[in-house]
Amino acid sequence: MEPILSVKDLSVTFDIHPQGAWPWTKPQKLHAVNGISFDLAPGQCLGVVGESGSGKSTLARAIVGTVPSSHGKILFEGRDLASMSPSARRVHRKDVQMIFQDPLAALNPRMTVGDIIAEPLITHEPKVPRAEVRKRVQALMERVGLLPNLVNRYPHEFSGGQCQRIGIARALILKPKLLICDEPVSALDVSVQAQVVNLLRELQRDMGLSMIFIAHDLSVVKHVSDKVMVMYLGRTMEMAGSKALTTGPRHPYSQALIASVPIPDPVLERARKRPVLEGELPSPLRPPSGCVFRTRCPKAQAICAEIRPPMTDADNGHMVACHFEEKQEMLVFAR
Amino acid sequence: MTLLQTKDLIVTFETADGPVNAVNGVNFSIDKGETLAIVGESGSGKSQTAFAIMGLLARNGRASGQALFDGQDLLAMPQKALNKIRANDVAMIFQDPMTSLNPYIRISDQMAEVLTLHKGISKRDAITQSVRMLDAVGIPDAKARISSFPHEFSGGMRQRIMIAMALLCEPRLLIADEPTTALDVTVQAQIMRVLADIRRDFGTAIILITHDLGIVADACDRTLVLYGGQIMEDGPTDDVFARPSHPYTAGLLRAVPRLDRDDDELLTIAGEPPDMSRLPAGCPFSPRCAAVMPHCPTVKPRLESFDGTRRRACHLPIDEVA
Amino acid sequence: MYPDKTTAAGLVDAAHLAEVQGRSLWKDARQRFMRNKAAVAGLVALVLITLFAFFGGFLAQWSTEEIDWPLMGNVAQAGGPSIANGHYFGVDELGRDLYARTVQGTRISLLVGFVGAAIAVIVGTLYGAIAGYFGGRTDGVMMRIVDILMAIPFMFVLILMLVIFGRSILMLFIGIGLISWLDMSRIARGQTLTLKNKEFVEAAIAIGVRPMTIILRHIVPNLLGLVIVYATLLVPTMIITESFISFLGLGVQEPATSLGALISAGAGQMQYGVIWQLAFPLFFFIVTLFAFFFVGDGLRDALDPKDR
Repeated sequence: MEPILSVKDLSVTFDIHPQGAWPWTKPQKLHAVNGISFDLAPGQCLGVVGESGSGKSTLARAIVGTVPSSHGKILFEGRDLASMSPSARRVHRKDVQMIFQDPLAALNPRMTVGDIIAEPLITHEPKVPRAEVRKRVQALMERVGLLPNLVNRYPHEFSGGQCQRIGIARALILKPKLLICDEPVSALDVSVQAQVVNLLRELQRDMGLSMIFIAHDLSVVKHVSDKVMVMYLGRTMEMAGSKALTTGPRHPYSQALIASVPIPDPVLERARKRPVLEGELPSPLRPPSGCVFRTRCPKAQAICAEIRPPMTDADNGHMVACHFEEKQEMLVFAR
Repeated sequence: MTLLQTKDLIVTFETADGPVNAVNGVNFSIDKGETLAIVGESGSGKSQTAFAIMGLLARNGRASGQALFDGQDLLAMPQKALNKIRANDVAMIFQDPMTSLNPYIRISDQMAEVLTLHKGISKRDAITQSVRMLDAVGIPDAKARISSFPHEFSGGMRQRIMIAMALLCEPRLLIADEPTTALDVTVQAQIMRVLADIRRDFGTAIILITHDLGIVADACDRTLVLYGGQIMEDGPTDDVFARPSHPYTAGLLRAVPRLDRDDDELLTIAGEPPDMSRLPAGCPFSPRCAAVMPHCPTVKPRLESFDGTRRRACHLPIDEVA
Repeated sequence: MYPDKTTAAGLVDAAHLAEVQGRSLWKDARQRFMRNKAAVAGLVALVLITLFAFFGGFLAQWSTEEIDWPLMGNVAQAGGPSIANGHYFGVDELGRDLYARTVQGTRISLLVGFVGAAIAVIVGTLYGAIAGYFGGRTDGVMMRIVDILMAIPFMFVLILMLVIFGRSILMLFIGIGLISWLDMSRIARGQTLTLKNKEFVEAAIAIGVRPMTIILRHIVPNLLGLVIVYATLLVPTMIITESFISFLGLGVQEPATSLGALISAGAGQMQYGVIWQLAFPLFFFIVTLFAFFFVGDGLRDALDPKDR
């Protein structure tokens, strides 16, 4: 099937003016996203995991278009969004919508919930009569599990989970084709997280949405995604089906990431081998030469500093970028 | 031997809409060298419990009941005596280390100040000790980096510094309030290992306050589950996780997506976290409970002991908790 | 699974309920403001003074220009406040009714204050929000213009303008309006810079809302709290500026008057034992300023509860 979204060699670079620099010093380049490529089939969900500083949020913003990309292509249904003019791109915005991490901060505190949800509609279809707008807003509120008689309330009167439902309703009112979720549940309570995750999956199924689901929590990502991409310092380390990636990761970083995820079962937890990853993320301003992960990698050798490993197909579509990739069973499966 | 024991701890906040109880009669105790997890969601009162014990409540907050540390009531103590205990015996670390580090003062000065003030030793000795402590929490090249400013460290390193600072006076109890929530998983794993080492090397009792059941499983002897400012259940971690005795705990454990499982749909707890100003008279969890019975919203279940080591507050017979 | 059966049933029931009116942040702020006694007292004083300025004239028995000839030349002895002869506040050195003149002076001072603040709010907020939102070169150019205007000694320019174009209230409004928005635009820009990085603005960009709509719908309403507080504190500054200019003798033109002009005249006559000529205008001047400061303070606490 033709992919709905195809990202080719995408890079996003920021100019950083270091503190205390002279006005004429050249800004440093920060490669937040560095040569990322992937395809997303219609109706599929791609999960993106990585720690803070891995560039996963910047990737999302580049696709949505709130951050300009510096290189590469973002082909949405065959048209390149990255090279479009801002006004041409605005028209395409209705097909690609986004859900944000902080549910309350993503809603204008001075607007009523009804106005917030209706905003995309009145922006892109200003001719729709008010009564019709209201009807559609209330129908959608009910769909995402909010009482429709709360349309005139303000965001601060809702809990975090409800605010996220409002954000989801706003993203869906135009019936977009692609939904980008940037850490949609990480600010929510555990009991509410599951509600929102289930809601998203249900909506995805019912509306035939394609999704990009970004999170630092691998367990959530694995749960919602068909395919998972692991990012580190702006680069892809590994990309595979979610089951294949969580059960048999091939990249040392993915393996370390999985080992670090705690499992809420004391017996299993004690039985697990948990090599803890040493050190910290290097500064993205001065990424290591060769493989960016080599400074923390337990398998690193001389070659890793010289040659950056390319993404290769290791096993039937299981893509990995490592010179010494090797499948490792990480988990004792319960049940 | 009991180190800290709370008796009927109640925390009340005066708000514009009248008094609100954030913590509602909490009784628990922690022994020397033990690790206790206090698990709860937002509005469970888990952080306020710790703040009340430390005497750090916001100005409109008031704590009543007792918090006995070594038999002395921390809540009834004059400020001066409390300061002394806070300096020497009980330490606390927070979610955001930057809130307790002064951005304009070097780490060395901040750490040395603690020692010179409370232990009365010379600054040079204080710095030597501080370096040793930074080494212990795994800060590489501690001797050189101690004279840096807080912003020169990453989030994980700052949390290590906080832990080192908290441990300087060798406290007998360390209260860690969501110490890893702001950190990445790989760094979280590092910090949890530091806490485990500390417990082993110094014999410090630790109260770990968290919403994350995952880190509790590995790190704590006992688990106490709070909801709406009240204890739902507590007991040895293994038992609570293997056989939860309260529908809330059971629901919470099912709601967590697990890496080692292939559930198609997550089971959820319906509804929203509690509104503390409008709690039901009975069980605070009753509005969201799947097994709710007619008298649950009006009759408060008593916290009853069972199995010798466990307690629960629920009207439902224990074998019906699924 | 949520919504589960019970909640779903609840949803249907609740759908029949009337729409619930929300409690906006403004409403919250009003409640907090009403709890602040000093601020409410200030507000009451302001309302009374405004009523006095606009309707006090109906109670006057003399006009502002009429001269009470029998009193002239005998002001110090017979010109004091008196109900009997209709000069409630006494007369000025020319024998004109001070009550009528204080009413007029208060009205003009309030007008100057409000107009100055209004220009500041409208021009300054929009200018600052646009500069802050677009950022980059636009921001640079727009804010340098503000810097240049600020660098000009405005009192000097104002006095020059009044001398060249003649003294009129219109000139005064133009002059004060020209300078009052500068500070406001800086404040609005600074706040816009923080607002622009909020996720709800990013959400609006992602939705495809046009930049000017984002400024008007998302930025400006969130600036208003700060702007209103600053505006209430700006009104007295404007009144003081006007008074100062009038005190110098360059403000409003006789026979019209303002509080500043009255105070100036009163101060000049003080030595002849006609203290009421200073006392009444000064009283209204001080009460007005205090009231504005109390209200401004109350608004700041009400709109930004975090600071308390």
